[in-house]
Amino acid sequence: MRDFYGVTLDSPLMLGTAQYPSPAVMEAAFRASGAAVATVSLRRETAGGPMGGGQAFWQIIKGLGVHVLPNTAGCYSAREAITTARMAREVFETNWIKLEVIGHADTLQPDPFGTLEAAETLSAEGFEVFPYMTEDQVLAQRLVDAGCRVLMPWGAPIGSGLGLNNRYGLRTLRAAFPDIPMVVDAGLGLPSHAADAMEMGFDAVLLNTAVAQADDPVAMATGFGLAARAGALAHRAGPMAPRDMAVPSTPVIGKAWL
Amino acid sequence: MRIEVNGEARDLTATTLAQALVDLGWGEAKVATALNGEFVPATARATQTLRDGDRIEVLAPMQGG
Repeated sequence: MRDFYGVTLDSPLMLGTAQYPSPAVMEAAFRASGAAVATVSLRRETAGGPMGGGQAFWQIIKGLGVHVLPNTAGCYSAREAITTARMAREVFETNWIKLEVIGHADTLQPDPFGTLEAAETLSAEGFEVFPYMTEDQVLAQRLVDAGCRVLMPWGAPIGSGLGLNNRYGLRTLRAAFPDIPMVVDAGLGLPSHAADAMEMGFDAVLLNTAVAQADDPVAMATGFGLAARAGALAHRAGPMAPRDMAVPSTPVIGKAWL
Repeated sequence: MRIEVNGEARDLTATTLAQALVDLGWGEAKVATALNGEFVPATARATQTLRDGDRIEVLAPMQGG
């Protein structure tokens, strides 16, 4: 498995920590999935005192023993995302940052211009940027030029569960940057979507809602963990080429004359 | 001094950001701070003075996707 800024992961599954029915279910989902990375955010601390809402949450995350990937979710400008990233680096003690600069409220489509601007600044400051992006190849090259050594194209809009919306775009992006680790982030709704992305040669998948909002998040987390691994194995194994006509798998030679 | 903390107007007597955090009960908490939209590292809080009308953000780890 490819490394992400020098870190090799045990699992190709990255899992979000939001929207679970309870912290206990979130913990159980992580353990069941085998996810190697947890995405987290920074928000206003709610209650005063050392055990305010965020403090208790942080203890749970630390207990998971996974890599932490802070995000800049909800930022609509490069300036806002850069400040959030700086704050996240101090709190989470990691140079990793999932850079989200949103450009459109309905689709949560990333703003390519703001994302690039923020990626340039953050990379220069030593951040290891995981940019949330569309499958745009031109933007991908600009982000790589800016210092990004991981790319995170979307599968579909965040929280939509639609799967891989633009297979052609993802396939060509994967082919265009064979040496850059890539994570398909957002829009996955089913384990088959995760397997699909991994079979196409992506290095990991990142999702949240599909697990957290399932009737049984722990079972769904298990399914996603298995599917991501299965897809990775299939890609490594070298899939057969599809063909239109049938070819018998049982030998024809030696068949009895009856 | 009238200071806005996480969007709420507060009357604080603290003259530094570090003291304000202690007064607000976040002296030992795992938080990051910003003053008027700019990140203030933990190491700079003790020397970061506050002025009437300042806007402080105190952010903590939260759930995210």
